[in-house]
Amino acid sequence: MSRIGVFVCHCGLNIAKTVRVSELAEFAGTLPDVVVAADYKFMCSTPGQEMIQNDIRKHNLDRVIVAACSPLMHEKTFRKVIENAGLNQYLLSIVNVREQDAWVTENEDEATAKAKALINGAVYRARLLQPLTARFIDVNPDVMVVGGGIAGIQAALELAETGKKVYLVERNSTIGGHMAQFDKTFPTLDCSACILTPKMDAVLQNPRIDLMTSCEVEEVKGFVGNFDVKIRQKARYVDHDKCNACLACTEKCPGKGVSEWDEGLVKRKAIYIPFPQAVPQKPVIDRDACVYFKTGKCRLCEKVCPQGAIAFGQQDTFREIKVGAVILATGYDLMDTKPLLQYGYGRLPGVYHALEVERLFNAAGPTGGKVVMRDGKEPQSIAILHCIGSRDKNHYEYCSRVCCMYSLKFAHLLKEKTHGDVYQLYIDMRAPGKAYEEFYNRLVEEDVKFIRGKAARVTDQSDNPDFAGKLIVEVDDTLTGSFIRIPVDMVVLSPAMKPRADAKEMARLFNLSTDKYGFFMERHPKLAPLSTMTEGLFIAGACQGPKDIPDSVAQGTGAAAEALTIVVKDRMELEAATAVVNPSACCGCQNCVRVCPYGAPVFKTDKQVSEINEALCKGCGLCAASCPASAIYTRHFTNDQVMAEMEGLMQF
Amino acid sequence: MDFEPRIIGIACNWCTYTGADLAGTTRLKYPQNVRTVRVMCSSRINPSFVIRAFQLGADGVLVGGCHPGDCHYGTGNLYARRKLAITKKLLEFAGMEPGRFRVEWISASEGNKYAEVVESFTNDLKALGPQTRFRIGKERGGGQ
Repeated sequence: MSRIGVFVCHCGLNIAKTVRVSELAEFAGTLPDVVVAADYKFMCSTPGQEMIQNDIRKHNLDRVIVAACSPLMHEKTFRKVIENAGLNQYLLSIVNVREQDAWVTENEDEATAKAKALINGAVYRARLLQPLTARFIDVNPDVMVVGGGIAGIQAALELAETGKKVYLVERNSTIGGHMAQFDKTFPTLDCSACILTPKMDAVLQNPRIDLMTSCEVEEVKGFVGNFDVKIRQKARYVDHDKCNACLACTEKCPGKGVSEWDEGLVKRKAIYIPFPQAVPQKPVIDRDACVYFKTGKCRLCEKVCPQGAIAFGQQDTFREIKVGAVILATGYDLMDTKPLLQYGYGRLPGVYHALEVERLFNAAGPTGGKVVMRDGKEPQSIAILHCIGSRDKNHYEYCSRVCCMYSLKFAHLLKEKTHGDVYQLYIDMRAPGKAYEEFYNRLVEEDVKFIRGKAARVTDQSDNPDFAGKLIVEVDDTLTGSFIRIPVDMVVLSPAMKPRADAKEMARLFNLSTDKYGFFMERHPKLAPLSTMTEGLFIAGACQGPKDIPDSVAQGTGAAAEALTIVVKDRMELEAATAVVNPSACCGCQNCVRVCPYGAPVFKTDKQVSEINEALCKGCGLCAASCPASAIYTRHFTNDQVMAEMEGLMQF
Repeated sequence: MDFEPRIIGIACNWCTYTGADLAGTTRLKYPQNVRTVRVMCSSRINPSFVIRAFQLGADGVLVGGCHPGDCHYGTGNLYARRKLAITKKLLEFAGMEPGRFRVEWISASEGNKYAEVVESFTNDLKALGPQTRFRIGKERGGGQ
């Protein structure tokens, strides 16, 4: 005989609005073995928790059922509650009457009936629950940060500051990310390089940060506290241990490659550092652009290198590291605007995208900071087109959050540099940050022309002789209700920030979920924005969704703190719900050994039965369902428990 | 009164259960005919669970897991996919009408899909009527 307590939460009105909670508690009280049933406004609050604990003591309860929000939300909370009242934490069942009941119907009768069935199922299951003992594992104290943009840099620096060893893995040959490409940053207009490059240097100088550039994560094994990561060091064809960064090689190199850093606006050498402030300051060879790799002749760099550092024979190598926690800060891609034919990007030379314009402004850019177009002329009139691909159900439904602000910044800088006419074509002006609205007001004063409407088309065709040689932007001005055509010299597109092209592969590599666009999914949108469903794995910056620099930096710091909560401990508790073999029923077929992705079941030749190494078991239950002799059971999800729950569910 | 089918759902913790939660947090509305059992992985599902659900009088069984290739445990749902395909054949061989057992891959971000699946499955089962072939013992329980 069990002594079960059922506690029904109102969740304010979230549950109580659709489910008749007092009726539900009354119903629960009539079920066999239920000795107490109660409802309360907020079961997760201190009074709610105390109510459960008092009832455990008063009624000598040995099982607790909480009908509230999803177990993914507060199972851990209530486990602690009953544990603190002296009950084993696994003697708890959560009934999800919010996300999967009250919130998905407006019909009170239906919602209440379903809740009754769910509670009955939980009562049936609760009777069969067993107390379980937690397992502990040793925790590796090191952390890996993937992505050397501003979010990753921030996370790495913060962690190193606490004394932890950090591996910072970056796929490019320098850290810095998108922020290194920017000229000025909104709304303060301080120069991006001035605030970023000292941080990049701090990474390089920090003895606790192992900076791994031109590296990619190849394989991730293990779990929280003990991740085994295999990293591919891509061939650089330059021995960085020998290289003294004199850059004589880059001067002599005849090869030409496309400068990624300058968004393809100019060429760079085949042996190159991406930009003068790159970290590390050591060159790599672009195999596709290198004359030697293409023709078998040249090797000029080798001839001029005083250190003998050029290594054409270099191959990719692999390195294996062990870490206790991982932070992913892999950033975003800018949407490719070429497929949006109506805007003419790639066809009309006067059309630019935002990152190209950043490079045109930048003193270290291809034009030395002068705004000159592909035809060498300075534009006299410029239109900036917001929401290209963002807030567009055909592409990305979300708002990319940064475009209004950087478009305002562009307007300011274009005014300053060209004294031309600047038009902003926007749907809504979104400036929801500290000092952002003030920045917008400042721009209004600066004689920028604001037109409320999304640009429909950019064309170079017109019958009007006044428009000859101009780009014509067509837009419905939604404030005046008129269709207008604006002749300009230059068009700037503000495209959507989108997930990295390989975000899905990354998600698979790290066992993450992605949202419908491909951004990494957080564990909870409000309460756990940096955690993921995989314990010990955290996310920061624009890999989770569009973000500006302040938010990315804040998340970098936050993710460092999250990672620290794990690696600060020597040992940590693991889920106790593992699989167990009943040796007297095991037929020795070794199905379990074959199917387990973690190598947890081991066949003991002396006894001719399988045993499960609990340290490796993750509790998925695959072996249990694959065992033809039903000799394996999964703790907390036994056959009997699952079937009893179904029986309870089907009674009402 | 119209026939209201009762569905046993068995959902994996990481994808379909989370997707069902998302349907709730986005306040999508769908029929209340499904009662869900949470398991850690679709690979945990023993075919006997499905048969038992029908014996208990379920009019339909809905199994949900991560998309093949996206399993939280790497390969679990690939085994589940094969096993459940055979389960489906077995059920039909033993006389179950096709359409009462459904397996769907629903990710944690597919709240919409979860709601659509429950809706369409409920409608299909309404058309099929009560499940009697596997049910053991007493008439349908009360409550609905």
